[in-house]
Amino acid sequence: MTPILQIRDLSVRFGGLAAITDMSMEVREGEVLSLIGPNGAGKTTAFNAITGYLAASAGDISFMGKKLSGLKTSEIAALGLVRTFQKTSVFGGRSALDNVLIGLHLRARQTPLAILLALPYVAREEQHLRSEAEAVLRFVGLEKRKQELASALPYGDQRLLEVAIALAAKPKLLMLDEPVSGMNPSETASFMAKLAEIRALGITVLLVEHDMKMVMGVSDRVVCLSQGRIIADGTPAEIQRDPEVIRAYLGERFRRVVGGNA
Amino acid sequence: MKTAFAVAFLGILISVPVWLDNAYLLHVLIVTGIFIIAAMSLNLLLGYAGQLSLGHVAFFGIGAYASALVSLGFKLTFPFEIEIQARPVWLAMLMGMTAAGLSGWFIGRIAFKVRGAYFVIVSISFVEVVRMVAVNWVELTQGPMALNNIPPLEVWGVTFLRKPANYWLVLGVAVACYILIRRLVCSRAGRAMVALAENEPLATSVGIDVTRYLVLAAVVSAAMAGAAGALYAHYVRIVDPDVFLFIYTVTMVIMVITGGKGTLAGPVVGGLIFGLLPEGLRAAAIAPEAQWIVYGLLMVLVVYFLPRGIVPAFTKIRG
Repeated sequence: MTPILQIRDLSVRFGGLAAITDMSMEVREGEVLSLIGPNGAGKTTAFNAITGYLAASAGDISFMGKKLSGLKTSEIAALGLVRTFQKTSVFGGRSALDNVLIGLHLRARQTPLAILLALPYVAREEQHLRSEAEAVLRFVGLEKRKQELASALPYGDQRLLEVAIALAAKPKLLMLDEPVSGMNPSETASFMAKLAEIRALGITVLLVEHDMKMVMGVSDRVVCLSQGRIIADGTPAEIQRDPEVIRAYLGERFRRVVGGNA
Repeated sequence: MKTAFAVAFLGILISVPVWLDNAYLLHVLIVTGIFIIAAMSLNLLLGYAGQLSLGHVAFFGIGAYASALVSLGFKLTFPFEIEIQARPVWLAMLMGMTAAGLSGWFIGRIAFKVRGAYFVIVSISFVEVVRMVAVNWVELTQGPMALNNIPPLEVWGVTFLRKPANYWLVLGVAVACYILIRRLVCSRAGRAMVALAENEPLATSVGIDVTRYLVLAAVVSAAMAGAAGALYAHYVRIVDPDVFLFIYTVTMVIMVITGGKGTLAGPVVGGLIFGLLPEGLRAAAIAPEAQWIVYGLLMVLVVYFLPRGIVPAFTKIRG
C-alpha cells in the first residue's frame, strides 16, 4: 500500500524540551494505524505538528505527496487531513445539526457576495448541506438529537458529534485523538463498530488511544512512542510481544493477561 | 406566526410619522434608528464573530466624514494638491460606506493577527487616532469648527430634508441591514464566524480560514456602521470630531448586550429600549439628576437577571 502520510525525521522542541525527536513513520492508504505510548510521549504533539497547530523544529511531513510545512491548519484540512481533539471539543452553544453544518464548510461553494445578494444557488446549496448534515448525524447515530445544544448532549454523544464534525469535512485521513476516553465499555464497543464503518468508506484512520482492547482490536498496525521517540512499529501481535513496549508502556501485567494467550 | 408578527411590527414602525405629531420625538426615533443600525453592525462582530470592537464609532465617524466631504467637495494642498467637486449625496453616502468598509478591512488585517483583548486595544487606539486626525487636519475636516451645511439626500426629485422622510429613510436602511445580516449569519460565512467565536481550534480543524472570515465580518460591519454615519451626517447636517466620542461606542455596546448579542433581533430590541428610555424617564417626570441613575440601574438589572440579553430570555420562555 502507498503511504498517504509520510513523516520524516520530525522533531518538535519547546525551548530546551524535546517533545519529539527524529520521528519517522508512515500511514498507508486505507489502514487503521494506532499511535500508543505513555502520557507525555508526544502523541498529541505529533498530531499538532502534523495538522499545523505547531511548527515542527525539524523534519518533513508530506500528505499525499504534498509537503505540509508552512501550511495553515485550514489549508491542511482542505487537502483532506482532519483531526479531532483529546479534550472534548464541540461548538457548545450551537445545535448538533449546526455543529455538523459548520463541519461541512469546505464542501460549500457560496461566496460572501453571493450570500449578501441571496443568489438562488445559495438557498439550494443550503438545503443540500442540511440534508448532508442530517446524513452525517444519522451515520453516527445522533439524528434524534439534531436540535439539541451540543453542550447539553451526554458526554458519549459529544464525542460522537466530534467525529461527525470531522467526517463532515470529508477527510481522506482522519486523525482521532483518544476518541473513546471517558466512554463506558458498551459505548467503546459501539464506537469500534463505527470505526469499521468509517474505514469501509475508504477513510484512512490514524488513532491515538489508551484503550488497549480497542487499539489491538481495530488496528492494522501500531506505532509506540516513548519520550518523543518511536520505539516500536508493527502489527498488534508484534507490539504486544515487544519487550521494549512492555517495559515502557504496556507493563508486565498486560503480557500476563493478553500476551499469555497470544 | 413569526412572520405575521414581524410584518405587523414593521407596519407599526412605518406608520409612526403619520400619527406621531411631535417633531422632537420623531427626531429621537430617527437618531435611535441610526444607532440601531450601528448596533446591528457591531452585533455582527461582537455577537457572531466574538470580537469586541470598542472603537466601533470610528467606522461610524469615518462614514459620516467621508460622506459629508464628498457631498460638499473639498480642496487639499497637503500632502498633495487635489480638488474634489461636490458630488450627489447618494454617491457620497456610498463613498462613506466604502471608506468605512476599507478601514474595517485595514483594521481587520492588522488586528486579527492578535485577537481577544489585543483587538479591543487596537480598536480603541484606532478611534483615538482617527479622532485626532479629525481634530487636527483642519484643511480637510475643519477641525473643531465642524463641517457645516451638509446637503440632505436627494434622489428622484425627493429631498430628505424633513423628519418624516428621514425617518422612513433610516427605517429602510435599517431593514436592509437587518436582511443582509440575516442572510450572512444563516449561511456558510455566518457559521464560520460563529464557529471561530465558539471554538477556534475546532473551526480551523475543519478548514475554516480564521482571518478571512474575521476580516469579512469586520468589512461588512464597518461598512454598515459607515452607512449609519452617512445617514447621521446628512440628517443633522453638521459633523464635528465629537462623532468619535467613546460614549457612542458604549451606547452601541449597551444596545447589543442588553438586547442579546448574537441574535438578529437583539440590537433592535435593546436599541429601542435603551435609545428611547431617556425620553421615557423624562416623560415619567423623574428628576433630571436621577434620570441617568435610573438608566444605569435598569441596565445593571437587565445584565444581572438576563445575562444573555432580553431576546434570548424571551425565546427561552416561548420555547
